[in-house]
Amino acid sequence: MEQEITIKVDGTGHRLTVDTRTTLLDALRERLGITSPKKGCDHGQCGACTILLAGRRINSCLALAVAFEDEEIVTAEGLAEDGGLHPMHRSFIEHDAFQCGYCTPGQIVSAVGMLEEASSGWPSSVTADLDADEIVLADEEIRERMSGNLCRCAAYVNIVSAISETAGGEARR
Amino acid sequence: MKPYRYQRARDIPGAISALAEEPNATFLAGGTNLVDLLKLGVMEPEVLVDVRRLTSDSVEELPDGGVRIGAAVTNSNLAADRTIRSRYPVLSEALLSGASGQLRNLATTGGNLLQHTRCVYWQDTTTPCNKREPGSGCSALEGHNKNHAILGASEHCVATHPSDMAVAMTALDAFVVVQGRNGEHRIPIEELHRLPGDEPWRDTTLEHGELITAVDLPLLDLAANSKYRKVRERASYAFALVSVAAALDVGEDGTVRDVRLALGGVAHKPWRATKAEEALRGEPINKANLRAAADIELEDAELLRDNAFKVPLARNVIVRTLLDLAEGR
Amino acid sequence: MSITTTGRAIGRAVDRIEGPQKVTGTARYAYEHETEYPLYLYPVQSEIARGRVARIDARSAEALPGVVIVITHENAPQLADTHDKELAVLQSDEVAFRGQYVGAVVAESFEVARHAARLVSVVYDEESHDVGLRADRVDLYAPDQLNAGFETDTAEGDVDGALSSAAVTLDETYTTPMEHNNPMEPHTTVAVWDEGDLTLYDSTQGVHTVRRTVARIFGLERDRVRVVAPHVGGGFGSKGLPHANTILTTLAAQMIEGRPIKFALTRQQMFSGVGYRTPTIQRIRLGADEEGRLTAISHDVIELSAKIKEFAEQTASATRTMYATENRRTTHRLAALDLPVPSWMRAPGEAPGMYALEVAMDEMAERCDLDPIEFRTRNEPEVDAETGLPYSSRNLIACLREGAERFGWEGRDPTPRARRDGRWLIGTGVAAAMYPVYRMPGTRARVRSLGEGRYAVEIGAVDIGTGTWTALTQIAADALGVGIGAIELRIGDTNLPSASVAGGSSGITVWGSTIFEAARLFRERHGEDPSEGDTVEAGTPDNPETENYSMSAFGAYFAEARVDEDTGEVRVPRMTGVFAVGQVINAQTARSQFIGGMTMGLGMALHEESLVDERFGHVVNHDFAEYHIPTNADVGEIDVAWIDEEDPHVNPMGSKGIGEIGIVGSPAAVANAVYHATGVRVRDLPITPDKLLR
Repeated sequence: MEQEITIKVDGTGHRLTVDTRTTLLDALRERLGITSPKKGCDHGQCGACTILLAGRRINSCLALAVAFEDEEIVTAEGLAEDGGLHPMHRSFIEHDAFQCGYCTPGQIVSAVGMLEEASSGWPSSVTADLDADEIVLADEEIRERMSGNLCRCAAYVNIVSAISETAGGEARR
Repeated sequence: MKPYRYQRARDIPGAISALAEEPNATFLAGGTNLVDLLKLGVMEPEVLVDVRRLTSDSVEELPDGGVRIGAAVTNSNLAADRTIRSRYPVLSEALLSGASGQLRNLATTGGNLLQHTRCVYWQDTTTPCNKREPGSGCSALEGHNKNHAILGASEHCVATHPSDMAVAMTALDAFVVVQGRNGEHRIPIEELHRLPGDEPWRDTTLEHGELITAVDLPLLDLAANSKYRKVRERASYAFALVSVAAALDVGEDGTVRDVRLALGGVAHKPWRATKAEEALRGEPINKANLRAAADIELEDAELLRDNAFKVPLARNVIVRTLLDLAEGR
Repeated sequence: MSITTTGRAIGRAVDRIEGPQKVTGTARYAYEHETEYPLYLYPVQSEIARGRVARIDARSAEALPGVVIVITHENAPQLADTHDKELAVLQSDEVAFRGQYVGAVVAESFEVARHAARLVSVVYDEESHDVGLRADRVDLYAPDQLNAGFETDTAEGDVDGALSSAAVTLDETYTTPMEHNNPMEPHTTVAVWDEGDLTLYDSTQGVHTVRRTVARIFGLERDRVRVVAPHVGGGFGSKGLPHANTILTTLAAQMIEGRPIKFALTRQQMFSGVGYRTPTIQRIRLGADEEGRLTAISHDVIELSAKIKEFAEQTASATRTMYATENRRTTHRLAALDLPVPSWMRAPGEAPGMYALEVAMDEMAERCDLDPIEFRTRNEPEVDAETGLPYSSRNLIACLREGAERFGWEGRDPTPRARRDGRWLIGTGVAAAMYPVYRMPGTRARVRSLGEGRYAVEIGAVDIGTGTWTALTQIAADALGVGIGAIELRIGDTNLPSASVAGGSSGITVWGSTIFEAARLFRERHGEDPSEGDTVEAGTPDNPETENYSMSAFGAYFAEARVDEDTGEVRVPRMTGVFAVGQVINAQTARSQFIGGMTMGLGMALHEESLVDERFGHVVNHDFAEYHIPTNADVGEIDVAWIDEEDPHVNPMGSKGIGEIGIVGSPAAVANAVYHATGVRVRDLPITPDKLLR
C-alpha cells in the first residue's frame, strides 16, 4: 500500500509516494539518494542511521516514513548550513575519530544532538546528581551518551576527544 | 513484512473504534519495538493505527499530590522531567539505563510498557515459540536461556519482560490509565502484565483495542529516596541481566519504616518483591536481614540450564541497592 | 635492496584524505553507487541444517505485484565452476547448513522483495545434522595444512619427558567461542550485467580477488568483469574472500540483464554465510625449571571446519616461535560440521591462540613465583625456533619494558584480590603478542606523470578503513620525492593494476613496496622532469632477505580491570599497548588501528560469543542487541605507543603491518587483569558476570 508524503531534508522539501512499510532511512537512501544515514542493522541496535528529527536524534531505521512526514530532518550532510563542514565534522577529521567511515555520519549527528540534550540539562545514567541544573560533559558522560552508536573499527577513544573538544569550543563561545 | 494499511486516527475514540473494526490491527506509537518486530515478521498486522499524536505528551501534577504521565511522553522527556527527577528518581534512572539516547527520543511511555520480550526464539520465526505460535513449543526451555526467567515462568514460556521503566513504575505502585470502548479505567501496573501460564501469547491483560493513555504515579514520599540498579554485561545499550528498583524509608531507630522493591530480568513481568518487602518492614536494616529477605523472595526460583547465576545476582543487587539507599548513597 | 625510511611524508600524522566525504556521509559505499532502475534481491534461507530441498512453491511470491523473478536451484543458470561448494550457489537441492541460500526473490522494491521471500514455501527432506564441537569427538581429523600454509603439527625434542621432569608444570584447557566479524557495513553487492560485461559494486577487501573468483565461477574472461570499491565499511577478514552473497547477486544479474541488482545482507543474515572465527578448545601444557625457564611447551588445538569446505585456523602457530624451549609440540585437529564455512577474522590463529598461551604464561609465572614480565624475559628466544633464522628485528622485551613504564607496572603486588575501591575489585594484567609479516603475491602499481609535477599513482588496492587512501599517498610522495599534494592516488577498481587482498596486515607493506619499485623505475626511465603521460608499471620486487630473516611484529599489552564483587560486572578503565612494528607510515591512522584492535580484543575478552543452538544448527543471538560488541561506554583510556624500530630487511619502508597485532594480546591482558582482581581464573571466553559470581 502506498501513500503520498512530504518530508523536508537538510532544508529541501520533497514530495514522494512511499510504501507504508518504508522507513525514513530507506526513503532517504533509496528514494532521495541521500546516503549520509547508513544502514548498519536496521533494528535500532547500532545507530548508523541516526538523523535529527525536529532537532532530536533518532534512529531513522525504526521510523516509518508515513508516520513522520512534515517533520524537519537533518542528516550529517546537512549539518553545516553552507554545505561545508560543521565544527563537529572538522573535529572528527582532526582527531581521526573514524576509520571505515560507515558509522561516522551517524556518530556526528548523534554527537550534535547529544550536545543539545546536555545543554538542556538532561541527565544521563552516569550523572551523579540527577537534580543538577547543569551537565558537565566529562569523558564518562560523553561515553555513556554516545553508546547508542556502535563503531566496529572502535574509534571510540578518538570520538570522545573529538566531541569533547567541540563541546569545549562551544562552551567558550 | 506484510503490507499493511497505515492510518492516523483523529482522536482517541476514533483510534479505539478503528481497532474494534479490525481484529488484526494494532496501535503504533514511537515504533521502536513494533517496527523492529514487523521487519522480523514476528508481528503481521493488517492495519497500523498511529496514536503517537493523540495522547498527552506532558507530565502533570495531580490534585492528590501524584503525577500523571501522558502516554505519548517520550522516554527521554520523562527521564529529564524535573518532578520525576526529584520525587521519583528511580524512574529517571530506570529510563536512562535503557536503550540509547536515540531510542529514548522516539520511544513513548505507553509503548515502553507494551514492549515485547527479547527472547531470541520469539524473535526468530524459524524456531518454535508458544508465544508467537501457540502450541509449537518453547525453544528456550532447553535452549540458550541465560537471559530467561527464574520466577513465575511456566513450561510453556520462560521469557522475560525487557522494560526498565516498567520495573520502576511497579516499585512506585503506578496505575495505568486505559481507554476502551466502555470508557476509561485505571489498573494497578501489577495487573497490566501477566505471567505466561497456559497462555504465553498474552503479554498483558489489555483487551484488543484498549489504549493506554497515561500512567499515574501516586504520591509516595519514600520515592524521593529511591534507586534503580541495572546489571548487564556491557556498560551501556544492553538489556538487563537483572535489575532492581527500590525505594526505602528507614526510621531513626534504624528499622525499615517502609520499602518498595521490584525486579527486572527475572520474570515474564516486572516482579514486585512483596515477600521481601513484607519481611523487611519493621526490621533493622542490616546485611543479614536484607539477605534473608532477598532469599525469601527468591526461594521459589526455578532454574534453567544457563540462568542459575541470576539467583545470587538478584540477591546481591537487592542487598547492595537497599544498603546504598539506607546509607544515602 | 635500497632502503628509504626517512622520507618527508612517511611517519607523519596526516589527516585522512577522504575525511570530508566520510564525515558528511557522501563517500560512496557499495550499496550507494548511483544506478538506474535498480532491482532488489532478498534471499530465501534454509530452515534446516542438513538435507535436501524436496519442493519449492513460489507461486504466491511470483504473483505479488513488483516481483520480477524468484530464483531457486530449479531455474538458476549453471555455473561454470562449482568446485568451491561455498560458492556453488543454487546449483543443487542439497542443504549443507542452516541459513544457506535456497532461493532469492528479485523485486522492484526492497519492501516487496523482503515480503515475497517469506511467501516462498520450501519443503525439505531433513537429515539429522551435527554442529557440536567437543573435545571427545571420535571423528576429529588432522588437516593437510593450516590457513596461510602453516603445518598442521610440529614436534621437537621430548615434550613428555621434559614435562615429567619439570620443576613446575601447568596443564590447562582454554576455550574461545565462535565469533562473528560484524563490520558495520553489511556485505553488499550491486551487480550489473550488460551485454556480456559485468560490473560489481562490492563491499570487499580485494577487488581483484572478487574479479578472479567471479570470472572463474561464471566462466567469463577477466577483462569482462569490473569490480569497484572506493570505500568499504570495515571487513576484519570477513570481506577478504567473496562469499555466496556476491555469487547470488551476480546470478540474478545474469538472469535479468541490464537491470542493476542490489543486495545488502541484513545484520541477521551476516551470522550465516560470510565467515566467522571458529570456536577453539586448547590444551596447553608447560614445564619450567627452578629458574623459570621453559623446558616444554605443548599446545593442542581442537576447532571446527565446515563439511562443505575446509578452513583450518592456525591457532597454535605463534606458540611455535613465541618463547624459547627445547621441547615443543603443537597440534591442530578439526571437526567437520554442518555449519557455514569459518574464515578469517582479525588475526586468525594468533588472536585465539595467543589468548590461551598468554593466559597460560600468566598462570605459569605465578607458579614460578616470578613477575610475568620477568618470566617472559627469561624465555625470550634468540632466533626463530621454527626456522632457526634470526629475527629481522624483535623488540618484544623493549615493548614490555616501555609498556610497564607507561602503565605503572612496577611495584605491583601480584596477590590476587588485594586491591579494591569500594565494591570494585581492582587488578592489572599483562600479555605479549606477535604477528607475522606476510607477503602476498600478485601486486602491480603504475606511476603516470600528469604534468606540472603531479603524478597519478594507480593500484587496485582497497581501503577498508585502515587508512590506505592516506598511507599510500604518503608512500607514493616519498617514493617519488614529491609532496603529498602532488599525488593523485587511484585505488578500489579492477581497472587499476592488480593488488593483493587487504588482509594479513600485508596491504601497506606489499602495496607500498610495489609503489616504491614503480617509482624507482619511473625515475630511472623518465628522470626528475618527465613529460605528461610518461608511465611505468612494476610488480612487487623480490626480497631476498626473507630467506635470511624471520619477520614478525610484536606487542605488549597492559590492562586494568575493575570487577564489581556483587555482580561480576567487569569494566576496563585503562589499557596500554606498546608495539614494535618497524616504521609507522602514518602516526595518526596507525594509532587508530592499534586502539581499534585492542578494543576488539576487549570485546573478545568480555562480550563476544555467537551461540549456536545445536538443535537447530544456527546462531540464535544473531543481531547487535544480543551479540555484544563494545560500546563507547565500555572503553576507557587507551594509551598507545610504539618503539623506534629500524628494520632494514623487511621492505623499503621498513614497515611490518599493523592491522592485526593490536587485537592479539589484548584479550589475555584483560583476562589476566580480571584474575588479578578477583582470584577467579576464567579459562573460557568471554568473561561474563555469571562466570565470576560465586
